[in-house]
Amino acid sequence: MRVALFITCFNDTLFPETGRATVRLLERLGHEVEFPLEQTCCGQMHFNTGYQREAIPLVRRFVEVFRPYEAIVAPSGSCVGMVRELYPMAAELAGDTVLAEEIEALAPKVFELSEFLVNKLGVEDVGAYYPHRVTYHPTCHSLRMLKVGDAPLKLLRSVRGIDLVELSEARECCGFGGTFAVKNADTSMAMLGDKIRHVLDTRAEVCTAGDNSCLMHIGGGLHRQRAGIETIHLAEILATTEEDANP
Amino acid sequence: MKAKAPDAFSRGTSPTFEQSAKTALADTQLRRNLGKATQTIREKRKIAVEEIPDWEQLREAGRALKERTLRHLDEYLLQLEESVIQAGGQVHWARDAGEANRIIAEIAKSHGAEEVVKVKSIATDETKLNEHLEREGIHAFETDLAELIIQLAGETSSHILVPAIHKNRAEIRELFLKELGVEDLSDEPRALTEAARLYLRKKFLSAKVGISGANFAVAETGTVCVVESEGNGRMCTTLPPVLVTLMGIEKVIPSWRDFEVFMQLLPRSSTAERMNPYTSFWTGVSEGDGPQEFHLVLLDNGRTDVLADEIGRQTLNCIRCSACLNVCPVYERVGGHAYNSVYPGPIGAILTPQLAGIGNPGSDSLPYASSLCGACYEVCPVKINIPQVLIQLRGKVVRHKQDRGGRLSKLDPENVAMRMVANVFSDPARFEQAQKAARIGQWPLARNGSIHRLPGKLAGWTETRDLKAVPDQSFRKWWKQNRRPG
Repeated sequence: MRVALFITCFNDTLFPETGRATVRLLERLGHEVEFPLEQTCCGQMHFNTGYQREAIPLVRRFVEVFRPYEAIVAPSGSCVGMVRELYPMAAELAGDTVLAEEIEALAPKVFELSEFLVNKLGVEDVGAYYPHRVTYHPTCHSLRMLKVGDAPLKLLRSVRGIDLVELSEARECCGFGGTFAVKNADTSMAMLGDKIRHVLDTRAEVCTAGDNSCLMHIGGGLHRQRAGIETIHLAEILATTEEDANP
Repeated sequence: MKAKAPDAFSRGTSPTFEQSAKTALADTQLRRNLGKATQTIREKRKIAVEEIPDWEQLREAGRALKERTLRHLDEYLLQLEESVIQAGGQVHWARDAGEANRIIAEIAKSHGAEEVVKVKSIATDETKLNEHLEREGIHAFETDLAELIIQLAGETSSHILVPAIHKNRAEIRELFLKELGVEDLSDEPRALTEAARLYLRKKFLSAKVGISGANFAVAETGTVCVVESEGNGRMCTTLPPVLVTLMGIEKVIPSWRDFEVFMQLLPRSSTAERMNPYTSFWTGVSEGDGPQEFHLVLLDNGRTDVLADEIGRQTLNCIRCSACLNVCPVYERVGGHAYNSVYPGPIGAILTPQLAGIGNPGSDSLPYASSLCGACYEVCPVKINIPQVLIQLRGKVVRHKQDRGGRLSKLDPENVAMRMVANVFSDPARFEQAQKAARIGQWPLARNGSIHRLPGKLAGWTETRDLKAVPDQSFRKWWKQNRRPG
């Protein structure tokens, strides 16, 4: 299948390794990956912080850039959530019925990586090898907005060598919340404190998730504590094979 | 009565959520009390809801009923008025808090009441009825156990359903020893309840006027309904000869049959019970039984403005179950007082700014008191999409600042930064240049791929978290070099 990669501005700038892993993974599964260079940002930060007038041009740009593609895949639950769940509201706020129709046509073609693999392609075993103790944090937007369910866990369970350990109170928010993490830094930290406690309790080496934004928050706290636990995006685990481990 | 700090519904400027949250987060007893209480009720609610196989259909029915009622609210309210009058009651219309308070005070005064007993009414907290009555020389006794506790403590409610959730048994025992004149009291729930019971019983028997809120009122019959656990509401609505009920206009339901849906949704969502212990219904007055005079006061106080907003109006679906508070990770940590409103938690964060109006620093901060995790929407029995309304309200707050904040608001650092970033994202070439600029600009801050201290408002991040430095090569740069020839 011809797949357009929606990298997200955040991954593009801060986590290029997640993008490279997504490309490697999709190509290994036999898909043709394209990266429309005209893409920038979906507008989520602006929209969710209240700068909705400023977000509308970004919504239009996204629709324009990705309209020609059959399947659009992003390694981010929250950015896909923005497109699928909040773009219709953006069009409504802009009072633009043409945009609303374009969004209605585009939204069903936009997928978060794990739901694309499991629900759309029907793949659970992607041939990955990752001999580490790993715990999985289901991010709120993947879980409650996109309802990806246990798709990420199905993928992780099929990884060879992995020691997958359950995270307690997993469904509770880590406290990131976009600009919430800065605007309400104290509350955000109080939430992160509990998330980190649960992550530490797993004795894992790696905490993974489908969103680098939440992982940057959790990882930032763990790093500050020198906790000895890394945060790694799900795509990077799925992209790793036995050949990578023993080159 | 102790003077209370201003909240979103009183005169004066209330503090912002961020300011109040700081204090609340540092209160270890509060953190412990709330953590324990919300976790217990969360788990119980889950079990109570899972017992019902068609819960999702019930939620959908609840939402549909509420939305249909709100679409025809004018007709149902007139029908309710007619039904109540026909059943021997009297109906009053209150445009705002002041009008509601004046109406209720007049009724109490006309009966020469110096004391009134009250139960189950957040609406009266919204209108600050107790303070108004006090000024008129009438003392209102709260009779709901938790309401009594916070009244004696001179505090305000911190939860819609469990107003004293921030207090534990030891604290309540100490309060009762001091305020109720009892000696030798243990902190056993039974002993505490008995002390309150003996104190309240006298008030029930002597009060001439009872004041209540309402969970529902049936347009078809004029029946008002109060749902409670203690029986004090039953006392309050049946013992005094005069009963006044203050009710927000959104509480009307079309017919008796609608209880089939709401009486399943409400108890399971709020107290995690199949059925709550006391559900009182009354229709006007009945000779020789219960109050002989009944007044229903219908309160607008901003509700019709909420109704006018296509996205915001779903807020009025709320049946005050408080399930959203109990699952909210923010509420669980800061408690109700940080919201500076009689309506705390996720529902309060959307209801308060809509009722109070945009443009008040305190209530304008509430839509930001959320990580948008969506746990509230998931449990809401009438399917209010709280995250969606939060986002919409954030938009209103920002637009209000931009459009009416004067020239200085244009220079607000957040506004400047957001507009700059939006401009960067409007063009891929500009975005690429900005990525490069960030790589170079972080040079004084980054050490070994990590940033430990950020300047200005962004310091909120690095106070407790490290930040990953911007790597040398962006994804698009890698793609251009490796995937696109030339």
